[in-house]
Amino acid sequence: MTDEVLLSARGLTKTFGDFVAVDGIDVEVRRGEAFGFLGPNGAGKSSTMRMVGCVSPVTSGELTILGLDPAVDGPRIRARLGVCPQKDILDEDLSVEENLWVYGRFFGLTRAEVRRRAEDLLEFAQLTERRGDRVEPLSGGMKRRLTIARSLMNDPEVLLLDEPTTGLDPQARHVLWDRLFRLKREGVTLIITTHYMDEAEQLCDRLVVMDHGRIVAEGSPRALIETHSTREVVELRFAVDEQERHLDALDGVGERVEVLPDRLLVYADDGDAALAELGGRGVHPLSSLVRRSTLEDVFLTLTGRTLVD
Amino acid sequence: MASADALTATTPSGRLGRGPRRPTSATERIAAVMGHHLLVARRTWKGTVVGRFASPLFFLLAMGLGLGALVDERTGGIDGLPYLRFVVPGIVAMQAMTTAFGESTYAVMGYIKWNQMYSAMLATPLRSSELLLGHLAVVALQLTVSSAAFVLVAAPFGAFGSWWAVLAVPVAVLTGLAFAVPTFALSATVDTDNVFSILFRFVVTPLMLFSGTFFPIEQLPGWMQPLAWVTPLWHGVVLSREASEGVAPGWSTLAHLAVLLLYVGVGWVLARWRFRVRLLP
Repeated sequence: MTDEVLLSARGLTKTFGDFVAVDGIDVEVRRGEAFGFLGPNGAGKSSTMRMVGCVSPVTSGELTILGLDPAVDGPRIRARLGVCPQKDILDEDLSVEENLWVYGRFFGLTRAEVRRRAEDLLEFAQLTERRGDRVEPLSGGMKRRLTIARSLMNDPEVLLLDEPTTGLDPQARHVLWDRLFRLKREGVTLIITTHYMDEAEQLCDRLVVMDHGRIVAEGSPRALIETHSTREVVELRFAVDEQERHLDALDGVGERVEVLPDRLLVYADDGDAALAELGGRGVHPLSSLVRRSTLEDVFLTLTGRTLVD
Repeated sequence: MASADALTATTPSGRLGRGPRRPTSATERIAAVMGHHLLVARRTWKGTVVGRFASPLFFLLAMGLGLGALVDERTGGIDGLPYLRFVVPGIVAMQAMTTAFGESTYAVMGYIKWNQMYSAMLATPLRSSELLLGHLAVVALQLTVSSAAFVLVAAPFGAFGSWWAVLAVPVAVLTGLAFAVPTFALSATVDTDNVFSILFRFVVTPLMLFSGTFFPIEQLPGWMQPLAWVTPLWHGVVLSREASEGVAPGWSTLAHLAVLLLYVGVGWVLARWRFRVRLLP
């Protein structure tokens, strides 16, 4: 990571009619960083990404990408960005490698260049064996990797990934994360939106938590957890309808108690001690789990809601 | 080669890597859009060629030869022309219209809404107007190929009275574009494809029947004739017929051309606006 600011937003706002999708956010991303927008669906992450990708005009506020203004230099900026949209947008009439070839041509690469580059990227995306196949029967993970390979055709300095692993099975997610780590190591700046806290923790050096178009917290995953949560969390599950009855007995245990429909969360720096204390008070849940705090807990603390319902 | 190295390495051209890219020209970008659509067309042409090609041929056989024999026998043709030579130039223009609708309705909505390829394409240096122009250029090419093929097939039947019939091809392309360009605007505006079935039922079919393709519009009730005057197909049919018989162009020729060009021009302004609004919200 360097000090060079690749993306800078001041009071960035996007409205659609009366609806305010992005409500005056300030963001700075430096070269080489992996930066995340974490938030539930509808938080304004995708609208932000579309403005950053220069495919959605800024309603108000300032936005500078690679030192350029998207309103003036959209095509020049886009030439240096890679965009991996939320949905795998691939031409299903074309083969895997043809999808890469035609896309590379939009960036002014020659025919020889797109072939060479596609060759390397198929290898990178572990799709070399499927190169001549049509796209339609590929698995979700493969389509996602192909979309990422395509977004790398122009050798971008910044890669925008909108919900990169939504809808993928755990194994496919890990393969993808591994590929993204490699890119990061090679100096590509990653800007990621996600509503998965494990993804944000895995990939992001720094992130902002968004809710209702606003930024509610900012920092590294670890700093956010330290600031907005305790070290550990005790999850307690009770029989149906019994949860309410035990609430009073939890008073004073840990720093804070969060009530979810299906479980209670007790925030405490020492989870085992909190659990022992509860045992002493005669509280015996059906099951209990002591775990480390995650960004999910941060989000819950900040907004009172869970990220994924 | 290790994949990780491959990504950091710049290509021998030195173009890739950090920093500004070689700026691409609009022509280059439009050509790239055409490249995409032509590749797709190469992969899918088998599915459309039968419909494209068989349907005008059926019209030629049924109307030109079948009905034509009857018409010629009873009335001695239309305006002194054997019915085959009257109807085939009309079919050339009509085929251009149906091809144009075929290429500018579901196909465009699909790229906007279903597979959303347009938005993927706009994540590159492309502008929305270039995206539009590249796609329209490919539609023009498809119109050229299908019209030329039909003219070639129809010629041996004695369907044309003059070598000027080759001009029926550019006329057909212009006629097709007079429909395709405004329809691109429509497809970028509407939310569901229901509109297209209404379009086919209440616009395409009536225009096919009442634009002077199969009989002169003078046969229509007086109140219906203005419908032919203000829609593109009749103008295309008349121009196509004039070309096929080698009629020297006059003021009316220019007027017909002007109407078609007006449809293309107004359609272009609308389509460019709708594409920008729809694709870059």
